[in-house]
Amino acid sequence: MLAKRIIPCLDVTDGRVVKGINFLALRDAGDPVEIARRYDEQGADELTFLDITASSDNRGLLLHIIEQVASQVFIPLTVGGGVREVEDVRRLLNAGADKVSINTTAVLNPQMVADAASRFGSQCIVVAIDAKKVDNQPFEWEVFTHGGRKATGLDAVKWAEYMASLGAGELLVTSMDRDGTKIGFNNPLNRAISDAVDVPIIASGGVGNLQHLVDGVKIGGADAVLAASIFHYGEYTVKQAKEYMLHNGIEVRL
Amino acid sequence: MKKIDIAVVDYGMGNLRSVSKALEHVAPSKNVLVTSNPKDIANAERVVFPGQGAMPDCIRELDSRGLRDVVIQAAHNKPFLGICIGLQMLFEASEEGNVAGLGIFKGKVKRFAAADMKDSNGDKLKVPHMGWNQVYQANQLEVNRSPHALWQGIENGARFYYVHSYYVHADDASITAGFSEYPQQFTSAIASNNLFAVQFHPEKSANAGLQLLSNFVNWMP
Repeated sequence: MLAKRIIPCLDVTDGRVVKGINFLALRDAGDPVEIARRYDEQGADELTFLDITASSDNRGLLLHIIEQVASQVFIPLTVGGGVREVEDVRRLLNAGADKVSINTTAVLNPQMVADAASRFGSQCIVVAIDAKKVDNQPFEWEVFTHGGRKATGLDAVKWAEYMASLGAGELLVTSMDRDGTKIGFNNPLNRAISDAVDVPIIASGGVGNLQHLVDGVKIGGADAVLAASIFHYGEYTVKQAKEYMLHNGIEVRL
Repeated sequence: MKKIDIAVVDYGMGNLRSVSKALEHVAPSKNVLVTSNPKDIANAERVVFPGQGAMPDCIRELDSRGLRDVVIQAAHNKPFLGICIGLQMLFEASEEGNVAGLGIFKGKVKRFAAADMKDSNGDKLKVPHMGWNQVYQANQLEVNRSPHALWQGIENGARFYYVHSYYVHADDASITAGFSEYPQQFTSAIASNNLFAVQFHPEKSANAGLQLLSNFVNWMP
């Protein structure tokens, strides 16, 4: 049967991999090409690169990094951060990305998601949803944009359904409350979205130990789990994570 | 003119860089050309026919570039590898947009019925079928026949990377060279004479995928 995926995430700025807490306080974690190769060797199922500064200088640097990784690592590569127009999608795919993740632009211009999906296929369009628990709205989780700085007034679950209907082939759901905290995924959020849509969802934000990955799949209903810091600083290898999931009855690729 | 060892058919749909990079990686001495020129495809020693996106668009773009005939010829007379929609297009018709395919094989391309599909936990199975699934090698129904040359060095049940919402249903079961389960069994590879075609993405399937591409590059059908 289909395996649940483990996706190490590389936040890239100025050509380096970094990791923050609650979207702030960045810490250097190393060279992206070297890290990508290491995760591939450990059995990562995919890799996600997020350009977290997204200035034009960095964009050129990121394309170069993706080109280098794509000629050495033969697993799916997702790239996101600062994707504003269909042309950005084309440039990233040409550099060697297999999927492109769209976040802020999806909110500002939902038609861009539909256009990109119809031009390049749903299989390469991931919509990233940054969600935060709120108590001033008639719903539980609100969508935020601009790296988590701007509230949108959108219900994350309804938004997920809308994005899937426009042609997103996959949803990357990040809990802003959990990001970098190491207290585990926001499983109720992930479960609500996973049950609402037919497309796969990737759970993101908050992994601190291997049980969190298991809970993300079993409780949160995630099809894939994304993590950064537990892998970057050598706490666990991807292989250890997969062995732990397998031991807990989850189908993985070993 | 430089000899073309492997032509990757480019009809303007999706990203072919992954396919050409993986071929260059397994066959550094070969001339791999991504091309939409019918002459290149006719002259190439081997042809790779990839595909991404929706089948109606793929067929339309293939025709608008005048590539239909040369692809059909290649499928009949030289080592030929179809990938993803490049497998689906070889059949008569698809449920996706009710479009006709190239009709090289009898059968239909069908959609996974998302609503009816559950895993062993009772959770619904998602469509697209996305990720790493096991591929079982068919011995093509004949007694004592060893697996196909393109499976050489690949474990039976090895995992390959998939992303698709439609799968092929061949009328002639004997062309099935591999199958997977989601949750029902479906055909994930077909083989016939000089042709091999797969639903998964060997170019994104790490070592198992690279082995299959390497087998294709060296295949003498």
